[in-house]
Amino acid sequence: MQVTVTVNGKTESHDVEARMLLVYYLREVLGLTGTNVGCDTTSCGACTVLLNGESVKSCTMLAAQADGEEITTIEGMASSDGVLHPIQEAFREHHGLQCGFCTPGMVMAIASFLKEHPDPTEAEVREGLEGNLCRCTGYHNIVQAALAAARPGALAP
Amino acid sequence: MIPASFEYRRAGSVEQALGWLSEDPDSTKLLAGGHSLLPLMKLRLATPGVLVDVGRVPGLSYVRDAGDHVAVGALTRHRDVEISDVARAHVPLLAHVAGQVGDPQVRHRGTIGGSIAHGDPASDLPAAVLALDGVLVIDGPRGRREVGAGDFFRGFLETALAPDEMLTEIRVRKAPGGWAFQKFNRRAQDWAIVGVAAVVNGGARVALVNMGATTVRARGTEEALAAGAGIAEAAARAPEGLEPPSDLQGSAEYRRHLATVLVRRALEEATAAGG
Repeated sequence: MQVTVTVNGKTESHDVEARMLLVYYLREVLGLTGTNVGCDTTSCGACTVLLNGESVKSCTMLAAQADGEEITTIEGMASSDGVLHPIQEAFREHHGLQCGFCTPGMVMAIASFLKEHPDPTEAEVREGLEGNLCRCTGYHNIVQAALAAARPGALAP
Repeated sequence: MIPASFEYRRAGSVEQALGWLSEDPDSTKLLAGGHSLLPLMKLRLATPGVLVDVGRVPGLSYVRDAGDHVAVGALTRHRDVEISDVARAHVPLLAHVAGQVGDPQVRHRGTIGGSIAHGDPASDLPAAVLALDGVLVIDGPRGRREVGAGDFFRGFLETALAPDEMLTEIRVRKAPGGWAFQKFNRRAQDWAIVGVAAVVNGGARVALVNMGATTVRARGTEEALAAGAGIAEAAARAPEGLEPPSDLQGSAEYRRHLATVLVRRALEEATAAGG
């Protein structure tokens, strides 16, 4: 079936199998491999992307369901001249990653979360990231990065 | 994990969806947010031949004040129920529980109708709708019918919905008294090992998550409270007549114990909150 999706501002149109999951469409058809497949069971959040600005798990959505919609992946966060998105910059500043596997999903989840909670408490950040698992850093610096992105300058590295 | 092949059709209306369902009800499934069905299809526990996507059917996403009750469109996403002013004002239990489902990503996609129609005993929303004395509005080839929540949830993943019918609206009675929701799990985002939805308003309605093949009321507790028992005594009767599952998260015996603790906490919280 024909699927037309705007991904990171660019319109894409492809003939795909109805059963193709959005994450495989992004990775294998469009070559956008920044979005990871972790658990593949709607738990870990590594595959989180934005659907019309809201975080979703792209392993639990058909590409067909995204037809006509706008998707933002980690590749769409930094500006075209390479300047990092403030959330990415905060991850760099606060060492919010170790192996990096969960990072794209964390960044996208935080982007959506901060839209809904522009001035969050630490507890709200932790609750807001319950859909994203990290197996290395223990979350502390990820939470610090999210808070820093919400309040630029509030948390010195 | 990739689902087995299926034919995908996108419905533009309830009528179109019902028409496609009626062609081959036993091998056709409705897809809304997909957060119950797609995981089952990826595990090949569900292999529908035809998937009718109702996710874009217009007019089924709303939370409305309907006088003595609040009407929620079946396609309303958990996030939209969670932040609805109408739900928060008149059925705060429902708004709160919608905010407890899964995680933020799941709540952005999953719908109340999908969760109710799936009828998972470990899901939070069926218990909330049962505690709120909800009514499920069902459309089908034989017309529209309304089924009370107590008759709707029948068994494990089994509801009163016939294969050729569609759940279109969830109605919950306004609950001005006290309420509480207790959910016990080991990790954030997990299903409840046991959960309790309680509404206290003169009488009490107490519904349990994961204490049987489907969501069930704590009849023993409700009877005890009606007979004048105190909270601790009534909570001790929570598992009466129930057959909770045993699994990796806990044995049936553990769940029976947990139900008594969580029902007590829920009743204390609901009573303190104005029951």
